[in-house]
Parts: sequence; structure tokens; C-alpha cells
Amino acid sequence: MSEINVQRRQFLKMSMGVAAVSIAPGIFLFDMAHGKADANKVRWGMLIETANCAEGCNDCVTACNTENGLSDGVSSTDSQWIRKIEIKDISTGRETSLPMMCQHCEHPPCVDVCPTGASFKRADGIVLVDKHLCIGCRYCMMACPYKARSFVHEPLQNQNPDVPRGRGTVESCTMCVHRIDQGQQPACAVACPNKSILFGNLNDPDSEIATRIRTVASAQVRADLGLNPGVRYQGL
Amino acid sequence: MLTSVAALIVLAGLYSVHMMEEHGHIITGMNNQIVWGIPHVFAIFMIVAASGVLNVSSIGSVFNKPAYKARAPLAGLLSLAMLAGGLTVLMLDLGRPDRIIVAATNYNLTSVFAWNVLLYSAMFAAVVVYLWTMMEARMQPWSKHAGFVVFIWRFALTTGTGVIFSFLVARQAYGSAILPPMFIVISFAWGLAVFHIVQSAIYQWNGKMLDEYVQKRMKNLLGVFVVAALYFVVVYHLTNLYFARQVEFERFILADGGIYPLLFWAGYVVLGNLLPLLLIYLPGWGKTQHVAVASAMVILGGFAFLYVFIIGGQAFPLSIFPGFEVKSSFGDGVIGLYSPSLPEVLLGFGGVGIAFLITAVGIRVLNFVPREIPKKAL
Repeated sequence: MSEINVQRRQFLKMSMGVAAVSIAPGIFLFDMAHGKADANKVRWGMLIETANCAEGCNDCVTACNTENGLSDGVSSTDSQWIRKIEIKDISTGRETSLPMMCQHCEHPPCVDVCPTGASFKRADGIVLVDKHLCIGCRYCMMACPYKARSFVHEPLQNQNPDVPRGRGTVESCTMCVHRIDQGQQPACAVACPNKSILFGNLNDPDSEIATRIRTVASAQVRADLGLNPGVRYQGL
Repeated sequence: MLTSVAALIVLAGLYSVHMMEEHGHIITGMNNQIVWGIPHVFAIFMIVAASGVLNVSSIGSVFNKPAYKARAPLAGLLSLAMLAGGLTVLMLDLGRPDRIIVAATNYNLTSVFAWNVLLYSAMFAAVVVYLWTMMEARMQPWSKHAGFVVFIWRFALTTGTGVIFSFLVARQAYGSAILPPMFIVISFAWGLAVFHIVQSAIYQWNGKMLDEYVQKRMKNLLGVFVVAALYFVVVYHLTNLYFARQVEFERFILADGGIYPLLFWAGYVVLGNLLPLLLIYLPGWGKTQHVAVASAMVILGGFAFLYVFIIGGQAFPLSIFPGFEVKSSFGDGVIGLYSPSLPEVLLGFGGVGIAFLITAVGIRVLNFVPREIPKKAL
């Protein structure tokens, strides 16, 4: 074998090594940002048992505000990531109370319409806003059928370091992604005194949530839109 | 004199932007229910009219009508001016206008907004090239081709503007395939109305009289466009009225909704359609000054229409639980409240000021005033 050929092989080997070393941290960071490596097997979701959700109880909302550093304000310009809705069937008069937040759709309209890709869905199904890419056009707020998103209208103070927010950007329920990635449950699910919010992996057939949705009747809000939300409601 | 007033308005608009940057959108009337407000009414009016005004050029270069050919450069200039004014308003209303470079470098290809960034930039470039082919003698053989590209592109552009709304599944006012064609036809009316006003003003200031034949053709064209636009709006509302699930929304927009029905009927239908049509078609009327007033009415009617369409469309609550009465701390089930604040109104007028300045300077510096071709030659 000629000397030139050997040199060329060595050069190729070395280049591949250098390439692998330089790409690896990127892939690692990409995984960090888009969920864990095995995330394609996970789809985080919630099942909300409306029969146990008490009218007037606001514990999930308060816990969310505390966890995520929201102001607790309820004016039309304040951020509300989760809210309690009281609904009454017009034809039967039946009343129900339930929490409403980002439904973490499989086909999220907010992600489709976002011009910069700031709205995105992680591999584990959580829909988030990248605060560095959001330009504050509010098109996602026009597109969301659940009115799940808020726009930060004022400068912010005393932010929770785990949950960065930004004036002039859009935000919504993150399913407490910072807690989930540490193996904890979302703050609302923990805070509910009646254990009405069941959080878990919809794709794991042995998980409690998967077992429950297999055995009891549950529904998605505006299922007619075909968005396949990750949040389901029992007793609607 | 007018130029300095326009410059002052632009400055006031820029000051508003500074205030919005400093304090956030809290100083506007917009909120989490009405997320797009008066700035979007101004911006969309200007962008739609910018596309429609090019009709004057297209009739000249694509359909070979000499009377319009003489006016094509002015139409091109107006299009650039309004596009610049409208886009400036849209951009400065962003929550983070400082990140415009992010919008220019990150494209989500499923987003209509991202498509529009490309559509608008390409439109700008296409119109500049078109103007060049018209105003530079050596390039004139290419003028027809450039005119054709602009002709096609502006259909794409206005379709893109309509699609911003027609691709929204969430709100009852939008999500209809009739919106893009409706916006295209509406753009013809608004664009021509703007052209009429600018043309009348230029002729008046230069002490010239508009050729009678040209005047008659152009006013009839405005009449036809106004009727066609109204037709689309009627079909849009009739379709909604036929669907039981949409009836509540239509009742809100057309009857019970306070400011919105008022603006729709008095502002859009009467001021923006019926009165202009009378001014144009009534025997003995339809003179230059009548058409100028009619055009101003069409423009005001256009603003009324967009206010109802954009803001009224958001004020009506989302149907998250159809068939249920809904209440919450986040405005579910109730009509959204919106009162435009001074800064956002100034921002909108600032955009108009920019369009005016570009037009005024363009006319002063370059040869945009239509050169009349004698009637016999037509």
C-alpha cells in the first residue's frame, strides 16, 4: 500500500473522530432540550376527574402561580396558565367545575402557526414556548382553541430561576416541565386536595393513567378539532 | 407643510413605540382576549391596499390599457409606500420588535406568518424591479414581464393575508376558505380608492384637470370593485347565518354587539358602500370631487370593516364548551373588552405617515406623475 493511501486513511479516521467529538455534546444538549433520550416512548398527559373537582376550590391555580412565579392577578392582561372554569349544560342544567390549561395537543395549532418555531412540542408531548425565539406576534394566541396562552404585558420581577419568563413574549402551562425532568409531578397535580388531577405517561400501558383511561369513559375538550390533546376529562 | 405634519405624525408613532418598549403592551388596549388591536387594523388595511393599488399597473401592463399604463409608476410607488407603512406598524407592535432578526432567520415552514415574511419581501423586490423597468428606457422591453410577475405575486400576497385568518380553527369569525378571495376583491376596492385620492390631490396641486374619459373609466371601475367586495362580505355573513353553531356569533356582530354592529352597518355598509356608490353612479354626480369623497368613504368603511372583522372577531368568546354556559377568571364565556389607547392609535397613524412621506418624496424626486396621453390616442 502506498504511503499516500495510509496517510489518507489516517486522515479520514482522525477527521471522523474529531467530528464525533464535536457533534456529541450538541446531540447531548439537543436531547436535554427535547426531552430525554427515550422520550419517544413517553407521552406525558393528565386525566382530570371532574366529579371530584370542587366548585370554588382554587388550589391547583394557586400552586401553579407559586411554582411558576406568576402574580396571582386575574385582570385581562395578567398571565393565567391554569384557571378554573365553571360550566353549565344549557339543555340539562348540569353544572361542572374543572381546571383548564394548555392541553398539550399532539397536533398543536400554536406550533403550526408560530413563524419562528418558538412554539414547539417536545418528543414527550409537552408543548412549550422558547423564550429566546418568541417575537411576541401573538399568532399562537389567535390559533389556540383553548385560550391557554397569555402574553406578558408588563416588565417582570422576582422570577423563579427554574421558570424563565420574558416581557413581550407568550407563555402557557409547561406541565411543570422543570419538575417532570427531575422525576416530580406537576404542581397542580400535587396540590389538588381531591386528587382529581392524575398525571402520567399515556404511552406506558401499565401506568395508572393509561389503565384508567382504558377502563373509564373520558373525553378530550373540542375533540371534534382532531388535535388529540394530552389532557383528558372524566365526567364531562 | 403636509410633509412636515406627516413627519410629526411619524415621530409621534415612534415615540409610542418607545413607550410600548418601556412599559410593555400594558399601555395599549390589547389584552389576553383581544390580542390584536388597532395597529393590526392599520397594518392590514395598508398591506391589503398596497396589493390592490397595483391593479392600476396590471390593467396597464398585463391587459394593455394605455390610460392605466400612464399611471402604473404611481401605483407602484403607492404600493411600496403602503407596504412599508403597514409592515412597519406590524413589526413595531411585536412584543419583541428587537428580535426582528430572529423572524428573518428562523422560518417555521408550516406558519402562514413565515410565508408572509417571504411574500412581503419578494413583493417589495418585484415592485422595485417593475418600477425600474418602467422608468429606465433601456429596461422597458422587460416591463411587461415584470408587470406580469407583480400581477401574479400580489394575488399570492393577498391570499397570504386572507389565509392568516382562514387557517384559524379556534375562533368563529375566521377559519373560512372564502376569506382569501374576499380579501383579494376587497384589496381592489381599497387600493383603487387610495389611488383616486392621491391622483386627485396631485392633479389639484399641479392645477391639472383629469382627462374626462380616464376619469369616467376609473370611477366606474371603483364602483364595480366596491360592489364586488360587498358581495363577498354578504356571502361570508350569509354562510355563517345558515350554520346554527354560528348564529350566536352573527347576532353579536350584526345586531347585539354594541360598537361592532354600529361600525358594520353605519361604517362599512352605509359609509363604505352605499354612499360611495351613490356618489359614483347617481346621474349628474360622479365628477372628480365626488369620486374623491367616495374614495375617502371607501377607505373609512374599510377601517370600520377591519375593526369589526379583527377586533369584533376576537371579542366574541371562544367556543371551548359548545352547548354550555361558561364562566372563569380568564374571560371565558364573556365578550372581550377593548378600548384602543393613544399610543397604539399613534403607532397606526405613524404607519400612514410613513406611507405618505414615501409617496410625497417619491413624487417630488422622481417622475411619478401620470403623463396624460391625449384621448384620441386611447
